Amino acid sequence: MAALTPVSLSPDSTSPDSTSPVSPGAVPVTARRRRPRYWRGAVLTVAGLYFLTPLISSFVFTVHVPGQGLTFAAYSGILSADGFTESLFLSLSLAAATIALALLLVVPALVAVRLGPPRLRAVVEIVCMLPLVVPPIALVTGIATVLRWGPDHFSRTPLYQTFLAVQNESFPVVLVLAYTVLALPFVHRSLDAGLRAVDVPTLVEAARNCGAGRLYVILRVILPNLRSSLAGASFLTLALVLGEYTVASLLGFRPFAVWIVSVSGAEARMSVAVSLLSLLITWALLLVLSRAGSGPAAGAPAAGATSGGAAASAAAAASGATSGPAASAAAAASGTATTASAAPTPVPGKE
Amino acid sequence: MSALPVPPAAAAGHRDPARPAAAAGPSPDAAKAAGGAPSAAGARVEFRALRRAFGPTVALDGLDLTAEPGELLALLGPSGCGKTTALRVLAGFEQPDSGEVLVDGEDITRVPANRRDAGMVFQSYSLFPHLNARDNVAFGLRVRKVSAAERYATAAELLDLVGLPDHGGRFPHQMSGGQQQRVALARALALRPRVLLLDEPLSALDAKVRLTLREEIRRLQLSLGITTIFVTHDQEEALSMADRVAVLNAGRLEQCAPPAELYERPATAFVAEFVGTMNRLPGRLTGTGSVEVAGRTLPVLPADGEVPGGSGPVEVLIRPEGVRVEADPEGTATVVSASFLGSVTRVLLDLPDGVAVKADLASRDAADLLPGVRARVTPVPRPVLVVGKAATA
Repeated sequence: MAALTPVSLSPDSTSPDSTSPVSPGAVPVTARRRRPRYWRGAVLTVAGLYFLTPLISSFVFTVHVPGQGLTFAAYSGILSADGFTESLFLSLSLAAATIALALLLVVPALVAVRLGPPRLRAVVEIVCMLPLVVPPIALVTGIATVLRWGPDHFSRTPLYQTFLAVQNESFPVVLVLAYTVLALPFVHRSLDAGLRAVDVPTLVEAARNCGAGRLYVILRVILPNLRSSLAGASFLTLALVLGEYTVASLLGFRPFAVWIVSVSGAEARMSVAVSLLSLLITWALLLVLSRAGSGPAAGAPAAGATSGGAAASAAAAASGATSGPAASAAAAASGTATTASAAPTPVPGKE
Repeated sequence: MSALPVPPAAAAGHRDPARPAAAAGPSPDAAKAAGGAPSAAGARVEFRALRRAFGPTVALDGLDLTAEPGELLALLGPSGCGKTTALRVLAGFEQPDSGEVLVDGEDITRVPANRRDAGMVFQSYSLFPHLNARDNVAFGLRVRKVSAAERYATAAELLDLVGLPDHGGRFPHQMSGGQQQRVALARALALRPRVLLLDEPLSALDAKVRLTLREEIRRLQLSLGITTIFVTHDQEEALSMADRVAVLNAGRLEQCAPPAELYERPATAFVAEFVGTMNRLPGRLTGTGSVEVAGRTLPVLPADGEVPGGSGPVEVLIRPEGVRVEADPEGTATVVSASFLGSVTRVLLDLPDGVAVKADLASRDAADLLPGVRARVTPVPRPVLVVGKAATA
């Protein structure tokens, strides 16, 4: 078999050549790194001021009452405020339902696309990203039109009852549907990043080879490996639902964000205090999440790091969602904005 | 490392849940599993006229092949020859367009992958990243609802068998590639499959680990007596490990034979050139059954079942060790290079008509064959294969 030995020798002979150019290149890299450190501090300072100034101003506004000095009444009064518990509970239950629906839609779709023809991957991605380019105001106008138009056309069918049921004040299913659409891009991004780090076809085949059925494979093999990206997707959806104002307000419902704006007229300080608290809680959650994603508990470091990164990169979107009502609440509190935009527009279809 | 496979009692115990009939009483299957592990493990695998096309690409074009009970059969061929497709059809991951797969005479062509009773080790690292080595090995037993105590005992035994007794608590990302493939091997064996399928399990490993793992797989396979089908594109791997090697080309079987026979008496020109290194020297047929090459007349081997007849120019296939080279100022060949490979030196020569020849010589005979030296090339008098000029275009 001597004739065959050169085959196995060849990889060894090439390896020293490929590694040698790396070490001399290492020195200029560290030298080049020196300069940006200076700029990094400057950029960080500017960005920090940009983010912290409004927050600190808001905080000062909530605790400093002209003539009375320092008081924490705005914070202590939150729990007993009229409508706080109901609206927060409504938002949390809407968030739970939205998370469940979005994950139920996206997880099987993405797993199927990974196992099936690659062409479908692009289709699913485009469909999931569409809500990013459609402004929520366009979405809510469409929904309002359908809600108005629906009962006239279906008044003699069982669908009429459905139209009424989805608009139930205590749990408006129509908001869950709308929020699921809005959450699709974030859920897709987070899960796609997680799935990218996992060799889905091989794991599925390995599990099938061990005797597992299809459902068992999804529940016991795929989902555990997506743990951190599932957490990321859920968190982003929670942040989105807690902070969503436009759709809920225009359809005439009163979840948390709408409540914050509506109390801002009478209780300006409390409204800003609630916004601040919700921002802090959101950030704390994000911090916990990115820690959990990068820790060894995630099992696969690659998967954890990727989805942790995805969650961090999507943090901008999340803070955008939460700062929406916070900003509008702060604006309302400072007296520059009128309550006109906050007043729920009556939807004809609802009457 | 324990020389014993999983004890037969454990084998019977954890096979039962998958086969309700066996759990009811001493069915023939349970008796077989409990009676003797080797006989239960050694199954005969038959591919019959398998055909599978992916669009215009035909991966399997009527493959007929049988693996005998307890043998290690290597499927060897260039990429795209259908070897992996054949293995995937056997594992149940691909459905053939036509033809059937039989295990011990039982047609399993339409049996879903999770009921196939075939353990597989994949080319890429396929361990479940969220489970440690012990849970990976025990995964299949858990699917079959074997009690925790029993499945961990089996997992520990199998990890011991593959030489990783202390690695049960490690996660895949804490193990090297070679260790991961060992765990994958243990996982594939955990359900006491009738057939073991290896889909290029060593190709992602570095050369040294590949060599040791290759030997261990073979040792394990022999001790368990399990019918094993091993897909590889590495002929050295196939020839060194397998009982028989099946060379595939374009979805068809070219030849299935023990390694030595494959090397010494290739049935087709494709096998001759694919397995090992081959020289093509110009020659001339001088009547049925003999060919003249480099001044010698040699007998011709039948190729594709026929001895080429007639006369005319042909190319003669000769192995590097079938060429003799002597330094000779009057010779027509020129030494281009000589590579020292230990006991053997490979000498490259140019013939006057531009044909390059490789020759493997004992290193002590090659001392004076330096580049630029004139030499005389003669074939060793042995039967050779010839190919027609037209066929080589």
